Amino acid sequence: MGNGAAITRSLPRRWTLSQRETLEFYLFISPWLLGFVLFVAGPMLATLLLSFTQWDLLTQPKIVGLSNYKTMFTDDPIFWQSLKVTATYSFVGIPLHMALAFGLALLLNQRLVFLPLIRTIYYMPSVISGVAVATLWLWIFNPDFGAINVILAKFGVKGPQWLASETWALPALIIMSLWGVGGAMIVYLAGLQGIPTDLYEAAAIDGANGWQRFRYITIPMMSPVIFFNLVMGIINSFQTFTYAYVMTRGGPHYATMMYVLYLYQNAFQFFQMGYASALAWVLFLIILVFTLLIFKSSPLWVYYEGQLHPRR
Amino acid sequence: MSTKALNLGEVILWTRRMSVRRALVLFISYIILGSGIVFILIPFFWMISTALKELGQVFLDPPVWIPDPVVWSNFWEGWNAMPFTLFLRNTLIITLTSMIGQIFSASLVAFGFARLRGKGSDILFIVLLSTLMLPHHVTLIPQFVLYRLLGWVDTFLPLIVPAFFGGGAFYIFLLRQFFLTIPLELDDAARVDGASTFTIYWRILLPLARPALATVAIFSFLGHWNDFLHPLIYLHNEKLFTLSLGLNLFRAEASAVTPWNQLMAVSLLVMLPPLVVFFVAQRYFIQGIVFTGVKG
Repeated sequence: MGNGAAITRSLPRRWTLSQRETLEFYLFISPWLLGFVLFVAGPMLATLLLSFTQWDLLTQPKIVGLSNYKTMFTDDPIFWQSLKVTATYSFVGIPLHMALAFGLALLLNQRLVFLPLIRTIYYMPSVISGVAVATLWLWIFNPDFGAINVILAKFGVKGPQWLASETWALPALIIMSLWGVGGAMIVYLAGLQGIPTDLYEAAAIDGANGWQRFRYITIPMMSPVIFFNLVMGIINSFQTFTYAYVMTRGGPHYATMMYVLYLYQNAFQFFQMGYASALAWVLFLIILVFTLLIFKSSPLWVYYEGQLHPRR
Repeated sequence: MSTKALNLGEVILWTRRMSVRRALVLFISYIILGSGIVFILIPFFWMISTALKELGQVFLDPPVWIPDPVVWSNFWEGWNAMPFTLFLRNTLIITLTSMIGQIFSASLVAFGFARLRGKGSDILFIVLLSTLMLPHHVTLIPQFVLYRLLGWVDTFLPLIVPAFFGGGAFYIFLLRQFFLTIPLELDDAARVDGASTFTIYWRILLPLARPALATVAIFSFLGHWNDFLHPLIYLHNEKLFTLSLGLNLFRAEASAVTPWNQLMAVSLLVMLPPLVVFFVAQRYFIQGIVFTGVKG
């Protein structure tokens, strides 16, 4: 990395300052630019090309045109099931997550005695993830000896079979994801603490009540943060993999067959690289459409400071 | 409340009513937050309690919440049931090497975007930001094919090498935001003294950005420590397994009676380093969140 300086020093005199700066700029960003071409742009294109083939990694890829896409949409019930599961997980989970995180952040944004401690406890589960967490929740959801059903039994309720039940497996995964609500909560809390207090004071002087201050100050001022959390929430939730893989393997009877899990199975268990590539591109397009929709809608509801008139 | 004619009595009445209301709001807040804390802590408590039980006591109905006797040996028996020490070594190699790669390459690129302007720098920055939203599964298969061609499957290289190529858009963005807060006058002063651009990056901005670098280091550590999908795809030889793969294998290979006590003990050990890092370096977490989520 040290050769950046050496190269720029040995440049011929006749280079203009801006040419020199351009060169330096490209030198500095070269690791990312190379990585982008090698690991992102190139592979994306390759995925698209592969999606028009049939390939088991061992023999030559065979060009099959659009047949992977045709199979996917017309002849693959598991594909539709995985879409349904992922959409349910996302569109039930994300609103729950956001509302809970926002509500908790509002509660925490007061002068509380144990604020640092409470914040720490809530954030704790967000630090850990992956297989250890999956193992822990497998045990918690154990129908006979797990914590949830044990506690339910105390209240005289016979708990469901959770991960072994077609009805309850997906809700179980959503409940489990709520354990990590502290991550988004901290983001909201940081946003709330960044709202200038004089806005509230001015509104109070003008006679705004609590609800009005919340509706016309808190919500608009927080809308960029909400926007950020919504985009990231959708992207992450469409890519859920580890928990479904470790805890249910997509079962029982495809009840938790997340999209990426199905993609993984096609690629690395059935070795259908072409079909898996087609799945990957469809995932990309789905996420792209949602992201664009949110971005396009943002002028309607996201308020950026410095903008003179909040567009409504 | 109108600021106009308020007589004293009205003011006193108003403040008293407000403080009663305020106390009520606080009371309800504590109740709600408290029940949330119970929901957060029960799984931890359940895990610790199970990890310290005899296996026989794990399957009791009604269950025992406080283990009796306390069986500490679950920790080392679970840990030695599989070569977890080797898995720990592998995880540390991957995690620490990638972390170093991400810190250096991300800060270099971030410096470029924060301090230098060249033809196309605006467009490239937009490209960088849009990769933040790219589902990385779109690139998974060709990447696998590429690494297979290079003969890198069943080595740590596919898990480490990408970290040296920019280290991920998220970290670049975070560091760029931080660099922007450092006054340009420092660069100018150094330039007058004859410092090259690289010297400014290395000697001035990097040391000043230490808190942001710590944030990157922590998030990078957690990301690699908890990663499951990539090791799952690239590491097939058990000798190369990470803790995630090892723990998954331990659970999957368990005999007819799952040794939940040992599984919980090992899970707890695997969670411990991230938790310790979190408690030690909490303020860097908050800082990273403020710099990306709120100011972004």
